[in-house]
Amino acid sequence: MSGPRASAGELGEALWEAVIDGDEYDAVDVVRGALTDGWQEEDLLLDVVAAVQARIGLEWAADRITVAQEHAATAINERVITALVHHRSGTRPAGHRGRVTVSCVDGEWHAFPARLVAETLRLRGWQVDYLGAQTPTPHLVAHQHHTNSDAVLLSGSIPTHLPRAHTAITACRSVGVPVVAGGRAFGVDGRYARALGADAWAPDARGAAAVLEAGLARPTGVRQAVDDLPHLADQEYSMVVQARGRLVKETLAELERRFPPMREYSDAQRERTAEDLAHVVDFLATALYVDAVEVFTDFLGWTADVLSARNVPPHSLVTGLDILADHLRDFPRALAMVRAGAAHLTGRTDPAVTDTVV
Amino acid sequence: MISSPGSSADPCDARDGSVPAWDDAPCPVLVLDSRGRIAGRNRAARRLTVSSPGSDVPPSWLAEAHRRHVAGTPDPTAGTPAGTFGSRSYEAQPSPSRDGHVAWWLFDRTDLAQAHETVRETRERADAASRLFSTLLSSLNVPRCAEVAARMATDHLAEAAVLITPPTGHRYAVTHALRGRRVVQETRQIDPLTVPGLDEALRGFPPVPARWINPDAIPDWVIPEGFSGPVGSVLVTPLPGHGVPAGALVLLRSDTEKGFSPEEEVFARLFASRAGTALSAARLYSEQTAITATLMRELLPPPLSRVHGVDYAGRYRTALDHERVGGDFYDVHPGPDESAETFVALGDVAGKGLDAAVLTGKIRNTLHALLPLASDHLRVLRMLNGALLTSHHARFATLVLASVKRQDDGAVRLRLTSAGHLPPLVVRADGRVEEMPTQGTLVGALPEVTARTVETVLAPGDTCLLYTDGITEARGGPLGDELFGEERLRQALEGCGGMPGEALVEHVQMLAAQWLEPGSRHDDMAVVAITAPRGGTSAGDRAPAGAGGRARRKA
Repeated sequence: MSGPRASAGELGEALWEAVIDGDEYDAVDVVRGALTDGWQEEDLLLDVVAAVQARIGLEWAADRITVAQEHAATAINERVITALVHHRSGTRPAGHRGRVTVSCVDGEWHAFPARLVAETLRLRGWQVDYLGAQTPTPHLVAHQHHTNSDAVLLSGSIPTHLPRAHTAITACRSVGVPVVAGGRAFGVDGRYARALGADAWAPDARGAAAVLEAGLARPTGVRQAVDDLPHLADQEYSMVVQARGRLVKETLAELERRFPPMREYSDAQRERTAEDLAHVVDFLATALYVDAVEVFTDFLGWTADVLSARNVPPHSLVTGLDILADHLRDFPRALAMVRAGAAHLTGRTDPAVTDTVV
Repeated sequence: MISSPGSSADPCDARDGSVPAWDDAPCPVLVLDSRGRIAGRNRAARRLTVSSPGSDVPPSWLAEAHRRHVAGTPDPTAGTPAGTFGSRSYEAQPSPSRDGHVAWWLFDRTDLAQAHETVRETRERADAASRLFSTLLSSLNVPRCAEVAARMATDHLAEAAVLITPPTGHRYAVTHALRGRRVVQETRQIDPLTVPGLDEALRGFPPVPARWINPDAIPDWVIPEGFSGPVGSVLVTPLPGHGVPAGALVLLRSDTEKGFSPEEEVFARLFASRAGTALSAARLYSEQTAITATLMRELLPPPLSRVHGVDYAGRYRTALDHERVGGDFYDVHPGPDESAETFVALGDVAGKGLDAAVLTGKIRNTLHALLPLASDHLRVLRMLNGALLTSHHARFATLVLASVKRQDDGAVRLRLTSAGHLPPLVVRADGRVEEMPTQGTLVGALPEVTARTVETVLAPGDTCLLYTDGITEARGGPLGDELFGEERLRQALEGCGGMPGEALVEHVQMLAAQWLEPGSRHDDMAVVAITAPRGGTSAGDRAPAGAGGRARRKA
């Protein structure tokens, strides 16, 4: 150990510089230097590398870096993790605590949080099968039959994957493996993890390790997926999902009629708007699935912020919701959510913006 | 000491010389005074109290009902007072009698109560069995199944259970369970002949019934650690495996809990049958999985990394989510040394699923064998075409071949040949996207193939992207029915200048996956990036840990 140890903040700043420059060598040097100075791998992972990754996401949302930069920076940060955890591999006993599976929800591309959990658990002596991003649920379940895990740790960042997370949770529990859910998708307090029948929820990698160390009982008895969510009986979720393309098309056409500047949009701009509307419908469907309007309003608030950062006034969003409401009159639960969404946006935007709603 | 009709053993019954009308009632009647003592009984009641004619204390349930009746505070939650008297069950109904006494009419409900009890027990047993068996059948993992079965056996059948499954090699998997303790699993060498019936059970032949064996004759390894006291009885039950041996269950009871009731024997037999079914299903599944994994290993896409100073990255997504292989493939064959070209192939066989995957295996093997000729792309394609035409497969394939060599200045020279495949795209570090104008005929369909090879140079930070049409033909988008298309791909790539190859292939796969309508059908998708590393260091210099050297599953 040489000299005063750098703080997490100082290391984070140095790592951020290297990562955003795309300089993998400098980035790896930052963490290796910290290890030499006496930093623990787990603290580096969770207090430095994870913080830099969070900053990458924030910078993208604020439009200070492009999506390509976000991907490039994430790829380099992943290599930093690899360098970090392989630094002392072989010196510690692996898997003496038990065997677990770490996986992302089917459809989830944000693998970074799951990777942090996997490496943290490995450092703490668990044998970890890391299945990574985009793991189809059939593979996850087949893996359980194959390995007899003590637990599945399921990571989800984007709430629209919650319905598929539910499928995975139900399937894993039905083969007798308890599920710990984690990640932003499950809500800041884990409320959707509980709603979807997960055995436990963890806010972060250390929390996940604590849940495992406390021990989890094997689920017994068979639950059907619908047992958790009786409101699905109204079939509004299925209807909205099936009508997704039509809802977007009709809303887009009506938006153009009500909002003349849109007629001048380029194809690319038009497609962006269509994508925004498709996201609105996807989040509405998810809110219907878990029966929580906050899923929808939180998304709208976030979208309005992202649009503002890109100098796109969010008023077309409110108009879009009004049009959507017209098409959902036969679906009371969906209609109430869309109205709540519009009210949420109107409440938080300044009056000048709402005035421009046509 | 049964009184004859008309006579009265109790003077109370015959006060005023008259016998009450209910004396001849077929059901017992007890008259209780205000203090709750028996002040009179009819003939049927006398028959009931024949063993204690002098006692004036009613059964406690009736005393309680009487107390409430007299006090006028009936228990609103209770129904008609009921309980046992002697060996039978009764319901009691009050009627007023002389002097503030109450006559309690007892209606026999013994048969009804028994029927209720039987129904309750049967239902409980059925519920327990159903819970048991659904848990038992939920996993297809052999050790897990054995663990569940052994633990359940200790919950329901005996204090200790030992489950032995047929051997792999000379070793047997032995699962020990002791009631209330953790299940312990180990593999060990055992001599099955030391436990009567075990050898037959583990072979699955000849069929033998469950049998009680002498507790003194069992070897020590059968008795779980922590088993308290001497073993009282031992039952060896073969687990029926439906054609495959599933193993045997040894149940141990201590001295204090000897023997099985007939009902327990029935349940034990049912339990063994279900456990055997679950274990043999798990065994078949794991055998099939192992076979599939072995056969599949050669068909999986290989992990890619840095070779001779050039970065390679690849990603593959199959059309069918439950499968791991499909009709797209890619390979990177490193040149013998840095001065030689590295040979890259990416292709797409008509069709999807396992049949297509088998043909990709054949093509990949053929290309591997043709490596010595790899510098001449057209010759490779002609020979591959010949091989495919003479095979029994009626399928054809499209592919792109690339020969890659890093130059001394850090730039990477590429020769590219498309055989009926989508043209490769080069993403320059500054975000320009160039389509490589190579074209040719597909292979495996026509007797002759033609193709034009093009050359390009990748400066540091440039990437050449090879991809299959699963990407561009992804159908969906916000409107639900549009193709992703080459134009959208090119536009997206314009924002990707200078990205590391790994990030680029992930980004492209992500765009296509997100474009797909949720839950819709799609084709196999394969993407390979060939990237000239930035930084200008020569090959092998300062290779960061994990970038290329990370140990991974051998392809």
